[in-house]
Amino acid sequence: MGSDRAHDLRIVGTSQVMVDAVSKVTGKTVFADDLQLPQMLYGKLLRSTEPHARIRKLNVSKAVAAPGVKAVITGADLPIPFGILPVSQDEHVLCPEVVRFVGDPVAAVAATSEDAAFEALNLIAVDYEPLEPIPSIDTALESDKPQLHDYADDGNIHKLINLEFGDVEEGFADAHHVREDVFFFQGNTHLAMEQHSATADWSADGRLTLWSATQTPHYVHRAVAKVLELEPSRIRVIACHNGGAFGGKSDPFSHEIAAAKLAMLTGRPVKITLTREEVFYCHRGRHPVLMWAKTGVDESGKILAMHFKTCLDGGAYGSYGVASTYYTGALQTVTYEVERYKFQGARVFTNKPPCGPKRGHGTPQPRFALEVQLDKIAEDIGVDPVDLRRNHLQPPNSVTANWLKIGTIGLGECIDAVVEGAGWKEKFKKLPFGKGVGIACSSYICGAGLPIYWNDMPQSGVQLKCDRGGGVTIFCGSIDIGQGSDSILAYITAEILGIDPIDVRVVTADTDLTPVDLGSYSSRVTLMTGNAAVQAAEKVRDIIAFHAAKKLETEPDKVRFADRSVLAADDPDQRIAFAEAVQLAEAAQGTVGSIGWYKPEKSPGRYRGAGVGPSPAYSYSAAIAAVDVDPETGIVTVPKIWIAHDIGQSINPMTVIGQVEGSVYMGLGEALMEEMVYRSNRNVVHKFPSMLEYKSPTTHEMCEIETFLVGDPDPNGPFGAKEAGQGPLLPVMPAVANAVYDAVGVRVDEVPITPEKVFKGLRSKDHRVGPKSFPDIPWPEPLCIPTPAEGGDGKALRVETAAKA
Amino acid sequence: MLRLPRFDYLEPKSLKQALKMREASGDNAMYVAGGTDLYPNMKRRHQDPTTVISLANIRALTGVRNRDGHTCIGANTTLTQVAKHRRIKRHYPAIATAAGSISTPLLRNMGTLGGNLCLDTRCNYYNQTLEWRKSIDYCMKKDGAICWVAPSSPRCWAVNSSDLAPVTVAIGAEMALVSADGERVVPAGKFYNDDGIEYLTKRPDEILTELRLPQPNGWDATYLKLARRGSFDFPVLGVAAWIRWDGDTVADARIVLGAVASYPMPVPEAGAAIIGTSLGDDAIETAATAAFKPSKPMDNTDHGLSWRKQMTRVYVARALKELRANNKLI
Repeated sequence: MGSDRAHDLRIVGTSQVMVDAVSKVTGKTVFADDLQLPQMLYGKLLRSTEPHARIRKLNVSKAVAAPGVKAVITGADLPIPFGILPVSQDEHVLCPEVVRFVGDPVAAVAATSEDAAFEALNLIAVDYEPLEPIPSIDTALESDKPQLHDYADDGNIHKLINLEFGDVEEGFADAHHVREDVFFFQGNTHLAMEQHSATADWSADGRLTLWSATQTPHYVHRAVAKVLELEPSRIRVIACHNGGAFGGKSDPFSHEIAAAKLAMLTGRPVKITLTREEVFYCHRGRHPVLMWAKTGVDESGKILAMHFKTCLDGGAYGSYGVASTYYTGALQTVTYEVERYKFQGARVFTNKPPCGPKRGHGTPQPRFALEVQLDKIAEDIGVDPVDLRRNHLQPPNSVTANWLKIGTIGLGECIDAVVEGAGWKEKFKKLPFGKGVGIACSSYICGAGLPIYWNDMPQSGVQLKCDRGGGVTIFCGSIDIGQGSDSILAYITAEILGIDPIDVRVVTADTDLTPVDLGSYSSRVTLMTGNAAVQAAEKVRDIIAFHAAKKLETEPDKVRFADRSVLAADDPDQRIAFAEAVQLAEAAQGTVGSIGWYKPEKSPGRYRGAGVGPSPAYSYSAAIAAVDVDPETGIVTVPKIWIAHDIGQSINPMTVIGQVEGSVYMGLGEALMEEMVYRSNRNVVHKFPSMLEYKSPTTHEMCEIETFLVGDPDPNGPFGAKEAGQGPLLPVMPAVANAVYDAVGVRVDEVPITPEKVFKGLRSKDHRVGPKSFPDIPWPEPLCIPTPAEGGDGKALRVETAAKA
Repeated sequence: MLRLPRFDYLEPKSLKQALKMREASGDNAMYVAGGTDLYPNMKRRHQDPTTVISLANIRALTGVRNRDGHTCIGANTTLTQVAKHRRIKRHYPAIATAAGSISTPLLRNMGTLGGNLCLDTRCNYYNQTLEWRKSIDYCMKKDGAICWVAPSSPRCWAVNSSDLAPVTVAIGAEMALVSADGERVVPAGKFYNDDGIEYLTKRPDEILTELRLPQPNGWDATYLKLARRGSFDFPVLGVAAWIRWDGDTVADARIVLGAVASYPMPVPEAGAAIIGTSLGDDAIETAATAAFKPSKPMDNTDHGLSWRKQMTRVYVARALKELRANNKLI
């Protein structure tokens, strides 16, 4: 992929203003909750006050009669289930029979004002028959019978995975040193500034329009069509600019479909904006994950075998959980060589808000465990943790033990950059008590190899249309959630057509107007829509070049595009304006336009579960954190983080650095304070669903950051670009944990690393705080997949049906 | 967003008018100053006054005055003004520090001295929306029968989370209260009750008009705040320490803990431990231990309660060391 003119870049690789920057900073951008339509009603959802209960009776008659109320709906009005994954269609817009967490919606009201809607909610009487709540992984595992959902793999275990790539026991037997550790990564939430909001309008002609703060308008389109039993052609979903999303707006949600249903019933537009508390209940954030890791290394620290077990607390519904579970085992192999690898993963249902994808989706938790364990192994065998990593990098253009095809790897450069930048050699193990440094590395996908639902179509499509005035409009289903994807489309188009980004109008995220892009998740947009845009722009360039060549008295392949002009490469004085060139082409062949699309190559893995992990490219990051630990209080402060990211080729280095810095900020929150906590003994309520008491860093806690962008253009990325939105988050948490150990000799094998834990660790015998054991889980027989080194073909060996123990 | 309930809003121009309005509106009326405590609470249906009487336009309640050598701060003075006032910063740095540590710059621009001194007690079973509280069947502070922090206890354990309250008690400030019956002045230590619900001795019809500070001679005080973050957060522990020096010797001392009880909690044993000493490390350690013992934070704020208790020792010691260092500078 990429552009063949990559040698002569004017825009790509330079810092450019984002196309919507001025609108954003001057408050002009219209976000979902800013929409006001004539005659609009306000909707609100009544949410369950019970963690697990059967709805005995639900009486809405008083609410229906309340002043200003135009419609009230309940579960019976929307009986068709939905869910983001085809295998987990387990949610209802409004619970028809059973509620599964405090916050699960049971009824919806549309009224002429927000106050009237709020008052009406208080008039709805729900009679609950309490069922036994399942507040934790441990309680979920106690029962053999399903208590939340009948479709679970085993009892309350939603999903069970057992994959073995080569004989790990053989690897452990050969190892010089073997270590087992148990880790816990607490759940946390996205905390986007903008709350979710959706407005629906049902036209008299029988068409539905839904505006929503969503990352995945295409998937919302499908869910709305399914639940409302409407032909998709009648539904238009428009994703508004997102005021932050981070994965929290990538499921279809109750409030979106409820707004649509209420609009259809009343014939008036209906808006539902969630309160901050409701956003905590929608959640779909980071899964709490309990992990057990066993790693065997040779004398130099090369990993001969790794056995990794994870248990995810999924909350009440499936959401992306099956994918999340696979992701907790997928990317352990892509940073350092792992000869043999075994992964067992389980996700349980509990009566808490459902977990799903948050920045790094399922990979920050195992990455934390892996990087902290490597730090311990380095100390065990007397090797510098930098050397342990640097000397055993996964080679470029290779296939990992679990059949992930790796292209370029800039991890070595990343490590070198932070080691030099931070002065690692002068600091590690040499700072006074209370001060320390720690290193960690990571990798992330640049787009998931497969779509959410099985299909053979492109993952991203664009249409491009040239205007006689020299403007270009690019239509794409991708959605800018603040990461700058609209800008990327403009830069790439402008680069190839020799015009300015301001000449490019970007029309995105509108299911009526734009070709499908699957959405802003899995760090896929720059790579996938970028490649689609490159393809479309190059097609248009060739059309224009063909028709301009005559006028320029040259051959089409010698036509260049620059400075809003089209010119002859060998005689730059022969030039015409870009607009004129478009007019020549339009005169000759009609409207000048093109399409472009992108679909990733197939992955070499052919076993069940091989769909999670493959990507056209992998980004790499390394971080060194410096910490100050107050031994009297256990309070950890982070004065500085050095972070290097293998971006391949920056499209816009300024926005890449923005993503890296944002990742460090979010990572600091996860490392030090953020946690979704519930009161198990008090009806499993969320302990503090508010931005005041759910602690996330302020500017006071933010550290200084030094960012290094490294890497060589990746052949699969547009102009060689890789992702930046998620990967740089991953090394932050383990780097901080490792630095705390260097500072005061305390291992906190879980996040968040709170002052309480450090304080306790300083005063405990083993100077360790963290989980002690991993539960017994009824694993199924493993799928055995020979590694590439063993001559495998990517498929699992046939399991003898009788061999089931 | 969370919605305010409907209420009548009155804007008296004088204290007299305010008291009259209160009398006319009866017990369903409440006073409001900056609104940074009351309005969020009303959105969560903690307080549901049908009439809210704003004190914002009563000029007599605003500003810093000098009366007989005493500095008097009007209750309506904003926290920003208190934190930045030159005389307060110079003579009462503990007051300025405490005021400047409250919440955020934006909220300090709205929030007032009186509002912080009368801050509703806090608890994370209480500071929740109506729906959330419904899911635990409410608590005794509002709409319920039980204190979820200590279910077998007959009382409410909500926490006094004012940063200024422990300082006023430690330095021996006084509060002026005005009602239709006239003015009365109470020492700060008598302004607060050890009860999460009846946390003030002020009657609802009384208006806190003024904080009167003692003459700033011969003593020094400091305030240390423990909170998760450098902004936004209420304290999970506040330590106010006051010492009257006689040369290098502690002639008198008071140590008051904030955010570990329903009232700013004086620890006389801690003060007694340093009186007569030159505040050596041993004396400080004794005082810190004396403060640690009665400090009984409950599981109703941020952070773990046993850690918060442990931090009492550390923060009291740090406060005293700071005062010792200050004394050496003079």
